[in-house]
Amino acid sequence: MTGDVFVVIGAGQAGIQVCNSLRNSGFCGQLILVGDEDILPYQRPPLSKSFLLGDVDEQRLFFRPQSHFDKQSIEPLLGTKVIAIDRSAKRVRLEGGRTLNYTKLALTTGTRVRELDCEGAANNAQVHYIRSLNDSIALRNKLAEVERVAIIGGGFVGLEVAAVTRKLGKAVTVYEAEDRLMGRVVSPMLSEFYSDLHRENDVSLCLGERIDKVEVSNNTVQIYTNKQQSLDCDIIVAGIGAIANDEIALEAGLKCDRGIIVDNRCLTSDPNIVAAGDCTVHFNQFAGKTVRLESVQNAVDQAKIAASTMLGGESVYDQVPWFWSDQYDAKLQIAGINTDYDKYLTAGRVGDTRFSIFYFKDDRLIGADSINDPSCHMAVRKIMSTKSVSVSQIQENLSDLKSFAKQ
Amino acid sequence: MSKVTYRQADGSANTIEVPVGWSLMEAAMQNSIEGIPAECGGGCACATCHVYIDEGDMSKLPDLSDMEGDMLECVAAERLPGSRLSCQIRMTDELGDLTVTIPSEQF
Repeated sequence: MTGDVFVVIGAGQAGIQVCNSLRNSGFCGQLILVGDEDILPYQRPPLSKSFLLGDVDEQRLFFRPQSHFDKQSIEPLLGTKVIAIDRSAKRVRLEGGRTLNYTKLALTTGTRVRELDCEGAANNAQVHYIRSLNDSIALRNKLAEVERVAIIGGGFVGLEVAAVTRKLGKAVTVYEAEDRLMGRVVSPMLSEFYSDLHRENDVSLCLGERIDKVEVSNNTVQIYTNKQQSLDCDIIVAGIGAIANDEIALEAGLKCDRGIIVDNRCLTSDPNIVAAGDCTVHFNQFAGKTVRLESVQNAVDQAKIAASTMLGGESVYDQVPWFWSDQYDAKLQIAGINTDYDKYLTAGRVGDTRFSIFYFKDDRLIGADSINDPSCHMAVRKIMSTKSVSVSQIQENLSDLKSFAKQ
Repeated sequence: MSKVTYRQADGSANTIEVPVGWSLMEAAMQNSIEGIPAECGGGCACATCHVYIDEGDMSKLPDLSDMEGDMLECVAAERLPGSRLSCQIRMTDELGDLTVTIPSEQF
């Protein structure tokens, strides 16, 4: 494959994984990793957790040092935006006019934050988001100066930030437009558990409240909601979701639907272009529908398949989805996608420091949420990757899921 | 600064200096030591940073947390008495030099 040029657009978790997998599989052509941030690829999960808290310094976030890129002949083209893809010429146009010809192209463009669109939110320096390292550094620095933090969005990011800011001793209010926390990804029982957890930690929770307006006067931010409430705070952190960066794909005529559509080999509608990670939508066998997953697991596993496909392999993406979130002393690990369950079963008591909830649909296990129960989480991942199991099978084997997983 | 030697399954080895506060996983990543994918980045959530601590060094390490013990049940390579997750072992002044072996598989 000498003479081939593989270009990877997007230097996040999926982008670096595509590069590493290509080299590990023996690809010896030219390999260029284009990233719009001007630093080497780094991990994003700690940005709303340990890094924000100040437990981890910047240097420890990088996936690999410069020497790795040198040794593996991966050319990072950083601080560089891609303007367009010319599919017929198999060429990528970069900001500033430079072009790159490619034999195969990988799109790992990730997402960007959804911005608050209420009155007073745009270009408001008191409104923070967390997507990039710089975002997290800016927020971390700001947190050192303020006392009252309003968090908009009761999803993973918002609640992780709530936990961190409480640990830092700030007064914290969380606004969630839906009537429960993390409603898109967890069951009502688990939402309840997290409401209790945050309230126990003195977070003021405002559920079912949408933000109508924010105003800043004399360094105080005032928030007005649909319930006619108002709150004074020092800063706002908004974690209200992300938008797939699919514009260059869309403009190049690739099939997109709020994300770049890929098949089970991570191929887009162009046979020379693959895509992986948060920017993609795919039919997920575990969800039983087309989804866009925002997770390390999806980024890493799709990237491996995308690399294989670039090299002419036939591997398909069939990994069990998993997610995690750290809030206070509760480690949540989610296996599978369990939003459509019709029955559930618990191991341990919901509300204890350690428990799991198994979810079923049509008498088949579709996932489990575990709180501080990693062995259960790992067993469920293993079980779901190898077999289809019923409610009674889980019930019968509850005392020793590990052995059952190995059968 | 304490030195940690990472031995690969094939016998090759690298010795690096690990700053206090860093985990053995982070030090491996920042020094391009192969064989420790550490997919979750140190969250004790993925079990892909498994290492075997040399017998002579085992007693120097802090005890396993329940969480780490549970995750070790799920590692891909055989769990041995010296098995630890390298993301959970932080370098301290007291720990001193260590030798670890990286298993041949992490998935």
